Amino acid sequence: MSSTARTVGRAVRLSGPPTVVFAAFIGLWLLLSHVVLDADKRFLLPPPTDVVRVGILDGENLREVLDGLWSTTRVALVGLGLAGGSGVALAVLMSQRRWIERSLYPYAVALQTIPILALVPLIGFWFGFEFRSRVLVCVLIAVFPMITNTLFGIQSVDPELRQLFVLHGAGPLTRLRKLELPAALPSVFTALRTSAGLSVVGAIVGDFFFRQGEPGIGRLIDLYRARLQSEQLLTAIVLSSLLGLVVFWGFGLLARVVVGGWHQSAGGRGAG
Amino acid sequence: MDGGVTSAAVVAEAPRSSTSAPRSGPVLRFAGVGKTYDDGTVAVSDVSLTVAAGEIVSIVGPSGCGKSTLLRVASGLMAPSEGRVERDAPEIGFVFQDPTLLPWRSVRRNVELLCELRGMARGERTRRAAEMIELVGLGGFERYRPRALSGGMRMRVSLARSLATHPELFLFDEPFAALDEITRERLNDQLLDIFVRERFGALFITHAVTEAVYLAGTVLVMSSRPGTLVGRVQVPFPYPRSAELRFDPAFVAVVQEVAHALRTGTP
Repeated sequence: MSSTARTVGRAVRLSGPPTVVFAAFIGLWLLLSHVVLDADKRFLLPPPTDVVRVGILDGENLREVLDGLWSTTRVALVGLGLAGGSGVALAVLMSQRRWIERSLYPYAVALQTIPILALVPLIGFWFGFEFRSRVLVCVLIAVFPMITNTLFGIQSVDPELRQLFVLHGAGPLTRLRKLELPAALPSVFTALRTSAGLSVVGAIVGDFFFRQGEPGIGRLIDLYRARLQSEQLLTAIVLSSLLGLVVFWGFGLLARVVVGGWHQSAGGRGAG
Repeated sequence: MDGGVTSAAVVAEAPRSSTSAPRSGPVLRFAGVGKTYDDGTVAVSDVSLTVAAGEIVSIVGPSGCGKSTLLRVASGLMAPSEGRVERDAPEIGFVFQDPTLLPWRSVRRNVELLCELRGMARGERTRRAAEMIELVGLGGFERYRPRALSGGMRMRVSLARSLATHPELFLFDEPFAALDEITRERLNDQLLDIFVRERFGALFITHAVTEAVYLAGTVLVMSSRPGTLVGRVQVPFPYPRSAELRFDPAFVAVVQEVAHALRTGTP
């Protein structure tokens, strides 16, 4: 078998099964819309063809959804950036001094256990309903995995390697730069992937609650629901799901590029 | 707790090569060294030993006899609870049972690591790394990452990494214990080749009797709980030693003597 034929064969083997499931899903959808639902109830689940026609092929409708999606994406990315930066910074502090870890860690856990949704009205109350409040919601939701994963990564460094660094005169900063941070990178990327998804959720939730300022996808979804515009509602849901997927894949890809050469979890080859 | 440690490292690091004469005098001396941990565990008790420059001293003992504690005290990473430790080695090589390489660095950059931590200029450390990689027989693998190498090759990278700093004292913590017999014997031969060239002082800890005898000029036998020295066997064979020595009846007799001391706790 030639190598191109093998590549094609591999592609078919990998993409075949999900494609079949997708086709079955669309078939079931068509069946439900056209056969199960009466014409006057069809707004509950408009057929996929209508969703594409109204939600995507109609330029004005599509632009509205995409604008909302972009606004949400911006909030989510800024939130993720801040959660990532502050999470890694806190984890580094905790890893360097035991007492800092002991002082802060319970509150990091508390942050994870209190329902952030319950805090959202309070955040709006204190910081307004604009960009920064929405970003704050994202940070609160997304920061915990960043802290715990980074801390775990740094603490998992082989104690013998640490000894070796100490024995050859490396101070805490050198150890951090040349040993602990690189060793923690795979964990940081795992955390980024989790936090990115959470941040998107945070952005949509914030938008959904605040109902003021630039409309994001959360508010549009609520609007379409209220107006029974189910084609646009479904378009918005599908596109925001895609956003989550793209973000997840994007960080997976980034991880493979950065640490794939040496770390198992990200795949890639050994020789570099 | 630092009172018992004297570092007599006043001799400036002289450039050494295969042609220069080895320094004389001990690079490491333990006098009545003991180590008791905070929880009351006596790991090591009343250990006295000397490692001369250019001499390999091996220590055999059952696992859990405090051998690793002994090495940490010898390196200065840990202070002894009793006794004195004198060290005349500005640079120490520490080789662990695991190769402890940085997986994100290539072979070359791993070998450069310790020189880099010492602040050595790039040109010099690149030159040394290249030389040591050749010395351990890994020429051509400079750009590989550790995970692409076999266990034996990783161990040789670890060895090259320490060699690059030209240590006066090498501390080996069962470095070949995780390797198969064939690889281990090959690495023993290779280590001796390097030793004949570089003539460092070394404390080599192992639980393999043949390995201990094959490498060392002096074998010390350790008992456990608390870890203390219970025997001392001189190995009368000159360096360089060849692989056939392992089958020499005189060699086998020394191995038996050490094995006996290990079993009975007395020589």
